[in-house]
Amino acid sequence: MSAKPKPKVGVFKFASCDGCQLSLLSAEDELLTIAGKIDIAYFLEATSRIDEGPYDIALVEGSITTPTDALRIRDIRQRSKFLITIGACATAGGIQALRNWADHDEFVRAVYARPEYIETLATSTPIAEHVPVDFELRGCPINRHQLVEVIVSLVAGRKPKTPSHSVCLDCKRRGTVCITVAQGIPCLGPVTQSGCGAICPSYDRGCYGCFGPAKQCNTGSLCQQLLADGTPAPELVQLLRNYNGYAPEFRQQSEQLETQA
Amino acid sequence: MSLASTPTADPWGYHTVRIHEITPEVADVATYHLGFDDSAVAAAYRFQPGQFNMLYLPGFGEVPISLSADPRSSTTWAHTVRAVGNVTQKLARSKVGDTLGLRGPFGSGWPLHTAEGHDVVLVAGGLGIAPLRPAIYELLRQANRFRSLTLLYGSRTPDTILFEHELPEWSQRGMSVQITVDRASPTWSGHVGVVTLLLDRLPLSDPQQTSVLMCGPEVMMRFVGKSALARGIPESQLWLSMERNMQCAIGLCGHCQLGPTFICKDGPVYRHDHLAPFLNVEGL
Amino acid sequence: MNSTPPSLFLARSNLQLLIDRLAEQGFEVIGPTISQAAIVYDRISSVSDLPQGWTDRQAPGEYRLERRDDDQLFGYVVGPHSWKRYLFPPLTTLTTADLTTNGWQMRAADDNPPKYAFLGVRACELAAIRVQDKVFLEGAYVDPVYQRRRQNAFIVAVNCTQAASTCFCTSMETGPRCRSGFDLALTELFDGFEVEVGTPAGAELLRQLPTTSIAEQQLADAEQRRQQAVDQITRKLDTEGIRDLLLTRLNHPRWEEVGQRCLSCTNCTMVCPTCFCSSVEEVSDLEGQHSERERRWDSCFNLDFSYVSGGPVRRDIRSRYRQWLTHKLASWIDQFGSSGCVGCGRCITWCPVGIDITEEVAALRKEAP
Repeated sequence: MSAKPKPKVGVFKFASCDGCQLSLLSAEDELLTIAGKIDIAYFLEATSRIDEGPYDIALVEGSITTPTDALRIRDIRQRSKFLITIGACATAGGIQALRNWADHDEFVRAVYARPEYIETLATSTPIAEHVPVDFELRGCPINRHQLVEVIVSLVAGRKPKTPSHSVCLDCKRRGTVCITVAQGIPCLGPVTQSGCGAICPSYDRGCYGCFGPAKQCNTGSLCQQLLADGTPAPELVQLLRNYNGYAPEFRQQSEQLETQA
Repeated sequence: MSLASTPTADPWGYHTVRIHEITPEVADVATYHLGFDDSAVAAAYRFQPGQFNMLYLPGFGEVPISLSADPRSSTTWAHTVRAVGNVTQKLARSKVGDTLGLRGPFGSGWPLHTAEGHDVVLVAGGLGIAPLRPAIYELLRQANRFRSLTLLYGSRTPDTILFEHELPEWSQRGMSVQITVDRASPTWSGHVGVVTLLLDRLPLSDPQQTSVLMCGPEVMMRFVGKSALARGIPESQLWLSMERNMQCAIGLCGHCQLGPTFICKDGPVYRHDHLAPFLNVEGL
Repeated sequence: MNSTPPSLFLARSNLQLLIDRLAEQGFEVIGPTISQAAIVYDRISSVSDLPQGWTDRQAPGEYRLERRDDDQLFGYVVGPHSWKRYLFPPLTTLTTADLTTNGWQMRAADDNPPKYAFLGVRACELAAIRVQDKVFLEGAYVDPVYQRRRQNAFIVAVNCTQAASTCFCTSMETGPRCRSGFDLALTELFDGFEVEVGTPAGAELLRQLPTTSIAEQQLADAEQRRQQAVDQITRKLDTEGIRDLLLTRLNHPRWEEVGQRCLSCTNCTMVCPTCFCSSVEEVSDLEGQHSERERRWDSCFNLDFSYVSGGPVRRDIRSRYRQWLTHKLASWIDQFGSSGCVGCGRCITWCPVGIDITEEVAALRKEAP
């Protein structure tokens, strides 16, 4: 057997719901095999062991919403060779990035009895706005098969590959009839990156864009068509401002729709 | 309506090959000498200079790699590979004795017979010399059928010149070899500049009886093509080897199309005039 | 062999026997059925699976199921699926590799597809199957996956008696009349079908069904219904000199304009019954002991489709749309001796923004200003 030490992996959480970390824990079929290939040095959700690193691989979940976190991610970056952001919060700011279009102070005053105890930033931003990121794994939540592929790839010494095509391609492969064309349901599928397996359209629901903008997506053209077909602009803004609403392509489009309205 | 067609050999099928020897060439480039586990397959395997194989490393994927071997080889077949992607980097970590899958040979070869009686000029850029190497062996072997043989070879730097140890022998056997580098080192005393300049300056005794075989980056071949045409060499005597994404090598996956052709089966070696309308269209 | 047997009449009440006979002979019968608000092709076992009394209304970017005022079984045009899904499946494992003590050993993946019988194949779809036959079976290399499915397929065609606004088979000379490529061809009448025989296998099956000779008046009725489909086709694609036209207009400004609209979402290529592009990907186990080559439908609209070590060749949507359209209508002729377009109109209907290939060609025909 190889005497090579197993790569040290740290799993870190920022502002998020923990769902992406859970994806790793729920990868039951693969978990034992993966655990045999890596040394889990830091993963508070799974183990109380704390190894200060340095880490070969850092998996980072969540967005940056506090001054403390903005410092903490820099520290993790310094201690990590290969940093992977996992999930819509880490890659695009998450659903909590809705605050970026609102009055954050007003939120704090409305929610907390003692707002002066709360120290938070006015925005929720993706990790890549703070430190260099080596690989982004999209999704809300991430696809556990993709996560396994990423970890196994890195251990095997190959670059991870995740598809960058639209959700439409997956709908077609699985035989789902286009719900926009056949039923007039607004759907972000044509501009959203594949990864979920095209679940929602198969249940007659429009794609929510959980995996963020596909490469070179033409969000402008899609929205023009949906507007022409009768979806009101405010509804489109809501459709775009979801888990990946702060991703540049969706953000620009929703802001443009707002100024038009 | 059903079809009565006769089953043919499975073009997706692999032969197991084994790495018999690895020759490190330059940084990130090595030549892998592959032999078939099945001696019957080895005995039947033939290829034309310019053709390629699909090399398959299970768990990593498959890549098209030109044969850089002597076309008369009968025990192992050389493939010169730069480690740039997942598959080729894995190959770079492989050892003698390791196995992989091979499909091939595929594609068109250099049309050496059409160049008989001509001054033959080979123009290579970087790793582009690898697909030309089998042609060089064959041309040298049949040197008396050609009026002259010239190799113009452009390399990025003096320490990325491939097959440097073979160049003296090629010269000695009658091939004029000229090398140029993009960036010289302090000890370099040869040509500096793009390979097209070597062609511009090459004395041509009879352009009408000159054939050019080129292989290198597409932009290099565009300029070499222009230069050759400007020198009066007929377009039907210019040949080039193209590269595109290939996933099947048998014209079925669609990735490698350039205009009306599939590079995997109509190419990779083309007569210049067959591609000319499509070479200068951006993003085709 | 030239004399075509006369067509016969199959009563509507006996259509079930056709399905039953095919099933008895080991065929998996695939036919039109209603699912997901559309008429799709799926496994059927009974006439009641067919879209009785339904039709489709189609326009660029729009498809709607609607009730007919009669109970026709085949009173629709073409839907989002094509037979390609069965002959060239969206996902196929091509080969498997296992690490043994003697190194990697590869072999063809097990593949035992059912014998398919297709019920309800339209003229444009027969043409599409013919086009894919040329791609997968008649070139230098034969694709064994397609071949295994295709060689046993039994085809019951159905002549169109109506057309959608998106149909243009008459321009592509592929329909609406089914002329060859079928075992049996039906034309639906009020109370049954005119059945034409295309092959000995079709004749043999027909012998096992209770048919009667067909009356002059029924033949006239069938002809009139088929003519109705011809008369309803309004969309046109001018194919005159189209190969040279398109391949010499690679820098026409229209490509940029359509590139602004196109979503590059791949829908047109996926619904196209002739598009055959695929990618082959590696699927391996965690232990590194077993690996498979999996072929998946892919599309020239994907940015990574043309990826080479320096980056993608077709870097913008404009160049990818241009690749699709020029391949379909022009370079396909060089490659396979016919157009890659059969005029079924699916790419028009199923484009989420309603891009119309016939309109694009008309625009490309106009000299750039």
